[in-house]
Amino acid sequence: MNKTAATGPSTVYEDDLRVHPMAHFLRMDRMPHIWCSSCGLGSTMTCFIMGLKESGLDEEKVAVVSGIGCSGRMAGYLNLDSFHTTHGRAIPFATGLSLANPDLRVVVLSGDGDIAAIGGNHLIHAARRNQDMLIVCVNNFTYGMTGGQAGPTTPVNARGTTAPYGAYEYPFNLPYLAMASGATYVVRWTALHLRRLKNSIAEALPKKGFRFIEVISPCPTAYAHLNRLGSGLDLMRAYHDNSVIKHGADPREADIGFTGKIIVGKFLDSERPTFRDLMVENVARKARGGR
Amino acid sequence: MAADRRVLTGEHFMTGDHACAEGALAAGCSFFAGYPITPSTEIAERMALRLPQVEGVFIQMEDEIASMNAILGAAWGGAKTMTCTSGPGFSLMMENLGLGIVMETPTVLVNIQRGGPSTGLPTLVGQADMMQARWGSHGHYEIIALCPNSPQELFDHTLKAFNLSEQYRIPVLVMGDESVGHMSEKVVIPPADELKITPRNYTKKKPGAYWPHEVGDDDIPEMVKAGDGYRIHVTGLTHDKRGYPIIDAKTQDWMVRHLIDKIQKNKHKIIEVEEIELEDAEVCIVSYGISSRVSYRAMELARDAGIKCGMLRLITAWPFCEDKIRELAPRLKAFVVVENNFGQMSLEVERCACGKCLTRLVPHAGGDIHDPEVVLKAIKETVR
Repeated sequence: MNKTAATGPSTVYEDDLRVHPMAHFLRMDRMPHIWCSSCGLGSTMTCFIMGLKESGLDEEKVAVVSGIGCSGRMAGYLNLDSFHTTHGRAIPFATGLSLANPDLRVVVLSGDGDIAAIGGNHLIHAARRNQDMLIVCVNNFTYGMTGGQAGPTTPVNARGTTAPYGAYEYPFNLPYLAMASGATYVVRWTALHLRRLKNSIAEALPKKGFRFIEVISPCPTAYAHLNRLGSGLDLMRAYHDNSVIKHGADPREADIGFTGKIIVGKFLDSERPTFRDLMVENVARKARGGR
Repeated sequence: MAADRRVLTGEHFMTGDHACAEGALAAGCSFFAGYPITPSTEIAERMALRLPQVEGVFIQMEDEIASMNAILGAAWGGAKTMTCTSGPGFSLMMENLGLGIVMETPTVLVNIQRGGPSTGLPTLVGQADMMQARWGSHGHYEIIALCPNSPQELFDHTLKAFNLSEQYRIPVLVMGDESVGHMSEKVVIPPADELKITPRNYTKKKPGAYWPHEVGDDDIPEMVKAGDGYRIHVTGLTHDKRGYPIIDAKTQDWMVRHLIDKIQKNKHKIIEVEEIELEDAEVCIVSYGISSRVSYRAMELARDAGIKCGMLRLITAWPFCEDKIRELAPRLKAFVVVENNFGQMSLEVERCACGKCLTRLVPHAGGDIHDPEVVLKAIKETVR
């Protein structure tokens, strides 16, 4: 039997080698994807699919929202309810989606430019409200799709096409920003830590509240090329040599420089009432129950 | 249970802003996202008070960009949604008004207009966002915009805006103004079972057979909501009927034509105007919102002075009533366009009049409303 899952839910025979093992979760009619060889986005999406399977969630109750950029294309490739919004606006779109339909698990898959630059205000406010959503932020230190411009995560001295002499502004430390803003679950891995990333996604998906996973990812075509960091394999080797797993580390100590160590791990796993919890418990009950 | 609290049936003495909120609730709005801005804030305040009473969600967002996105997301989550704003906030919403148009998302955006440009006159009236309502988001598209001229119409037209948004799968604009928003007048809210409410047109197709932009005979695609097993994809990129991005001229042509056609082909059903004493008129005032109320007085004064003056009141600003202007122009001496700006809808009137009669603008920079005597003077000059 040779049955492919081109569109919509359909049966996949996993022992059939002619069918991609993740075809059920992908819009196969949109393949091939646009991503470059050795980009971290493919690995991240694979980890997301594996984490989703492992979480046991009903995949028809999982919705994905992306913004703009290479990472923004993830929503379009996943065979789930998926929304490809404008640049930076995935989080407020996801806020409405999640509040209107509390049965949904809403995931924002997007990049550092989308989430931390143009969408930075939305990031901190959704975290402050402890809005129900999982953010998977693929950080490649650059604007890849537009050709390698510097951004809010570009380390000082790293080059971008808009930083030909090296960047001279301080970058965001995203786990620190997310935690300080009110996120309840904060994790960082690199595109090398696939099993750990998959485990974190599986763990974070069923949780409530604002969950933030940063994935440090190679951009071989733009960032690595402009900064002479070598091939995709060289970058994996660099992640291997420079990553330090420190669960529970204070994210203030987790700055990423142009060179040097990358602290990864689970920095925070906590609970506090979500926006919906507070709304339902406080406001709605009082509003309907009289004075 | 919630129905009796959702529709406040009865006679009220109410501000336009509050009437707008009640119109939204009566239409079935269950999600509001907004950001405070004068003179629309009272709509948000009313929604914050009222939505929790009917199991709805109110959220005050970090800005108007977020507000516009949240109502789009919530619409795809299955809610009827609305935001409100004024001048500067309207500018911020333009980006994702475009997203709503391209994703064909039913929602309602209320603009209680104030004087501009920029921060302008936060507490004082203006009507200078009319062309922004038409063309404010980049790219070429059609839009629906309504112009209430009383608190009663802020109730009626907000409800109507919801119905139109569901019928045509498009964000609908309610273009109020500070005077109408802040004035208090009698507002009659009918019993719930007498209200005409357009439900969302959910597809009956099975998952796998449905595409989010596939149109039938009426040019309007059916809706689904996230979580119902359809595994839809919608995008702000140029897309085909499946919602898949296709970056080429052929798909762009199909998509933009579709966004235009679904409104243009139905414009005779959408457009609403009020014709007052036009049977024998040789001068026709064209006006809307608060300016139409001043114009009504000017029309009376002109009639008293023996001038055959009538009025065409725009209830629907966009799509524009081109055919009505073309029909009237050959038998008139002049259109006198009264609006609280330096000529926006008057450009449309002049375009459609095609030189068959004079088009005379009575402009106003904003901050207060026209003096009927000024309008009368303009009317007299056109028949001299």
